[in-house]
Amino acid sequence: MEQFWDIIIELTEGFGNTLLLFAVTLVFAFPLGLLLAFGSMSKFKPLKWFVKVLIWVIRGTPLMLQILLVSFIPQYVFHVPTKELAAALNITINTTMFLFVALAFVINYACYFSEIYRAGIEAIPVGQYEAGQVLGLTKNQIFSKIVLMQVIRRILPPMSNEIITLVKDTSLAQILGVIDLLNAAKHAVNHYVILTPFVYATIFYLIFNGLLTLLLGWIEKKLSYYKV
Amino acid sequence: MAFLEVKDIYKNFGETQVLKGVSFDMEKGEVFSIIGSSGNGKTTLLRCLNFLEVADGGKITVDGEQIFPIDAEGKKRAKVDKKRLTFGMVFQNFNLFPQYTALKNITLAMDVRSDNLLKAQNVKGAEKKRLLKEAKEKNEETAKQILTRVGLENKMGNYPCELSGGQQQRVAIARALALSPDILCFDEPTSALDPELTGEVLKVIKQLRDEGRTMIIVTHEMEFAKNVSDKIIFMADGVIEEMGTPAQIFDAPQSEKTRAFLSRSNEQEAGYDA
Ligand SMILES: Nc1ncnc2c1ncn2[C@@H]1O[C@H](COP(=O)(O)OP(=O)(O)OP(=O)(O)O)[C@@H](O)[C@H]1O
Ligand SMILES: [Mg+2]
Repeated sequence: MEQFWDIIIELTEGFGNTLLLFAVTLVFAFPLGLLLAFGSMSKFKPLKWFVKVLIWVIRGTPLMLQILLVSFIPQYVFHVPTKELAAALNITINTTMFLFVALAFVINYACYFSEIYRAGIEAIPVGQYEAGQVLGLTKNQIFSKIVLMQVIRRILPPMSNEIITLVKDTSLAQILGVIDLLNAAKHAVNHYVILTPFVYATIFYLIFNGLLTLLLGWIEKKLSYYKV
Repeated sequence: MAFLEVKDIYKNFGETQVLKGVSFDMEKGEVFSIIGSSGNGKTTLLRCLNFLEVADGGKITVDGEQIFPIDAEGKKRAKVDKKRLTFGMVFQNFNLFPQYTALKNITLAMDVRSDNLLKAQNVKGAEKKRLLKEAKEKNEETAKQILTRVGLENKMGNYPCELSGGQQQRVAIARALALSPDILCFDEPTSALDPELTGEVLKVIKQLRDEGRTMIIVTHEMEFAKNVSDKIIFMADGVIEEMGTPAQIFDAPQSEKTRAFLSRSNEQEAGYDA
């Protein structure tokens, strides 16, 4: 029984990191993705193509590769070993590793989100913009007061998919030794030489994704008070 | 000097010349209908007046003030003290905002304008909050009155998807009216409607005519154009082929093209009846 609670506590700590990575990724990737979406639709060609190539590269390569790359860049490009970097920033090595992972996640997910935003924005009929324009609204007012709500409603289903995927992707963090839920479970399996930690981890993931699905479904329903 | 003076408007889309020098004058309170076959530039002309397209050449003057082409100074002025719109526009497909109720569709732009006006007067802080709230309440009152005038007093809280096409178009007309434009433009306001719903929209437009609104209406409804207009503009090939009173155009057309167009549209209408 004591062993059970020890395992649960370990897994809960791991889950804390999973949750943190999940939250940090969303908080930064949501706005960054919108900026990238604007960039990819920009009339300024160099910006547009830069963003498009960036999105193509990020979406065309494994997230794990991107995590490794981010973690190697300080040392290989700027000749600052991770240890020194951590000391300079006055944080632990573990935190530094977590930041590397988070940075890669934010960039990766921002690129995926940006394509969803772009599709959502481009799906808004041009008549909505024109109606706003003949009513004397500025471009920004048209976007914030007319277009944005409609975009959010349109992109919620594909966003929900990405958000659920993100929960599972967080397990990639262990490549840099971050103790996320799955890594904690793996440690417990090795330590106690039993398989049950994997079962518990499975239950953690399923409960979390179940709650998320309920929440996202609820928001979707809230926003479906009108038909397009 | 006429209230609206449109002079030599040109517009190309790439290689295609769509408007090739369109000129006409209009007095306050007049109603003009623009007729002509498909693809002759009727919509493009309205869009140039509303600045949805930028004309390649020409001049537009309203009430003595040149609004196109406009210099930087004029642009600044137009932004700051725009109490009313010069042109209002009612689209063929209504273009209502689906996420807002009929009432909010109308007050949205009014509220933005109230906010702009307060900003221009440099009102700030709590004072601004109070005045804006007052203005919004007044806007809502006005919007309700306008909706009542177009016969939608029972639909104020409904979303566009809950309204029939005719009701949606009446909301769109109310939305344009709410900003008290000098000149209200309609681009085939009944073309997207089932035949049995056109009547209610045309009735509203007639009512506006009787109130003395200045209006330009692009339409394929010949009977309506005849009844409601002071002048008919017949467009062909990007120019005004013929212009005159309904009697002149419908009973004694001078141009061969006008005659051909009218007999074709008569046949079509007869065809519908059969
Ligand atoms: N944005 C655009 N780009 C390219 N060509 C355009 C554009 N808008 C209109 N045109 C062309 O300009 C011409 C005139 O179009 P317009 O819509 O003004 O005609 P219309 O008289 O309103 O016709 P309809 O009666 O069918 O509404 C058409 O040949 C059309 O293909
Ligand atoms: Mg047209």
